[in-house]
Amino acid sequence: MSLTRDDVAHLASLARIDLSEAELDRMLGELTVILDSVAVVQQAPTDGVEPMSHPLPLTNVTRPDVVRPSLTAEQALAGAPVEEQQRFSVPRILAED
Amino acid sequence: MTTDLTRLAAAEMARLLAAREVSSVELTRAHLDRTADVDDEVHAYLCLDVEGALRTAAEVDQRRIAGESVHLLAGVPIAVKDVLATRGLPTTCGSRILEGWIPPYDATLVGRLRTAAMPILGKTNMDEFAMGSSTEHSAWGPSHNPWDLTRIPGGSGGGSSSAVASFQAPFAIGTDTGGSIRQPAAVTGTVGVKPTYGGVSRYGLVALASSLDQAGPCTRSVLDAALLHAVIGGHDPMDSTSIDAPVPPVVDAAQRASVEGMTVGVVRQLGGEGYQAGVRERFDESVQLLVDLGAKVVEVDCPSFDYALATYYLILPSEASSNLAKFDGMRYGLRVLPSGVADPDAEQVMAATRDAGFGPEVKRRIILGTYALSSGYYDAYYGQAQKVRRLIAEDFARAFQVADVLVSPTAPTTAFPIGEKLDDPLAMYLNDVATIPANLAGVPGMSIPSGLASEDGLPTGIQFLAPATEDDRLYAAGAALEAALLDRWGGPLLDRAPELPKGA
Repeated sequence: MSLTRDDVAHLASLARIDLSEAELDRMLGELTVILDSVAVVQQAPTDGVEPMSHPLPLTNVTRPDVVRPSLTAEQALAGAPVEEQQRFSVPRILAED
Repeated sequence: MTTDLTRLAAAEMARLLAAREVSSVELTRAHLDRTADVDDEVHAYLCLDVEGALRTAAEVDQRRIAGESVHLLAGVPIAVKDVLATRGLPTTCGSRILEGWIPPYDATLVGRLRTAAMPILGKTNMDEFAMGSSTEHSAWGPSHNPWDLTRIPGGSGGGSSSAVASFQAPFAIGTDTGGSIRQPAAVTGTVGVKPTYGGVSRYGLVALASSLDQAGPCTRSVLDAALLHAVIGGHDPMDSTSIDAPVPPVVDAAQRASVEGMTVGVVRQLGGEGYQAGVRERFDESVQLLVDLGAKVVEVDCPSFDYALATYYLILPSEASSNLAKFDGMRYGLRVLPSGVADPDAEQVMAATRDAGFGPEVKRRIILGTYALSSGYYDAYYGQAQKVRRLIAEDFARAFQVADVLVSPTAPTTAFPIGEKLDDPLAMYLNDVATIPANLAGVPGMSIPSGLASEDGLPTGIQFLAPATEDDRLYAAGAALEAALLDRWGGPLLDRAPELPKGA
């Protein structure tokens, strides 16, 4: 199974990264080498082994449902690229039609 | 009376401050002066907080004069890796996408430094979002190894390691996802500790891979690391993966400095082929010293470690691709409009922003992670890696049935020249081959200097690993070996580093 240039372009679009043509070419070569290398995990003896997602066996860590101090609106908006009426101003998300 | 305060151990600085023989303002200023002298060449810092550090220092001095009881380390300055949120101080994670971002809050561990009244000197350089082993992936240019300015200081925490090794800070905070504290320590002749996963709060640590990331101390001695570990460790309700138990007795262990009666396991899979001869030589010598100090040494077999690098480079990109989705140009950081598009929509703006804001290594790992998680390939890659991760944790569990601590060389080579591995991602990834297993299993690890490699005269490191929550074993064993090595060397290894050129 090998990766194609179209695959990389598709993955980049899923990851919301515009890649130039030159970047796509380079990425295809690099990813192919890396994927070949990491595919070695498929040779490990994993029959009947439970996947491990996390080093600590923790379940459902909760806190009391009480109000606690948080950022003010001004603090939360301090890093906004654009703000308007105490809100994050973002580009349109729907098409015009 | 010493003439150069910056060369003291942090513990000694603390003693002088408590005895009021030195003021925190003097001590902090001495470090800032050192930075002014050498950091044009080293480039350890991305930003300095001269005013804030001196303000904290003056406050501590006032409190001591007023007879207030203050923290043991109050007034001892520190550097903080730029991946930790610092209120009012820029935090870029080495990335253009966060250029100019000033966090409105402190990471929990930064809050603890402030509570202890430790002046924060500045933020240290790093590979972008901690992805790398050399700092060459920093958007702001690499840091340089004080032992040889043409070489890398390790990564991702090469800013912290080079700051400490060039006496610009007595200690620093690093973060370690696959070796980013320990490998930089090894190649700069300093000490680095990755605590047990969950031992130090991750709240305010900009996540690379949430199940692997852990912050810890970068220092010049094992005792200094223990003192800093005790400040930053412990339960934090703001981090749901934080361990709800007291910090292990790391300072006591560092002061005990003993391996008597300890069984030390040499990991067969970490240290053979691919390890530089001089690194091996210094490692074997340290193992013999441990025997001389009363440890029993056995060889342990961890066959799944052979898959650790591959496992890591599936799990890390998968988690990173998800964690880095938040950098979308909407709420903070960079926003770039695509060129030639009239009235672009949000997704087009995101894609243009992420293209302009992320460097090549970050893009590579995000796309690799997106692939490993995509339907159709999930089972073969991410799912399979999670199973191998369990095998690696089981190898550790078996090894710790016969050994109290495990040892290996920290990094396979000494510091390599800047640029040498930049175009070969796989060669770069190999730097972390010995440090990665600990992150996958969540166990603590420490690197201390083991000497200089005979072929190039550059520092080498030995790594100690202990079972989860038994971090104190690292300190007891590390401090014992450190003392024996200092005896042999007749002084700290860093005394042998060349004088740095002083800038204008």
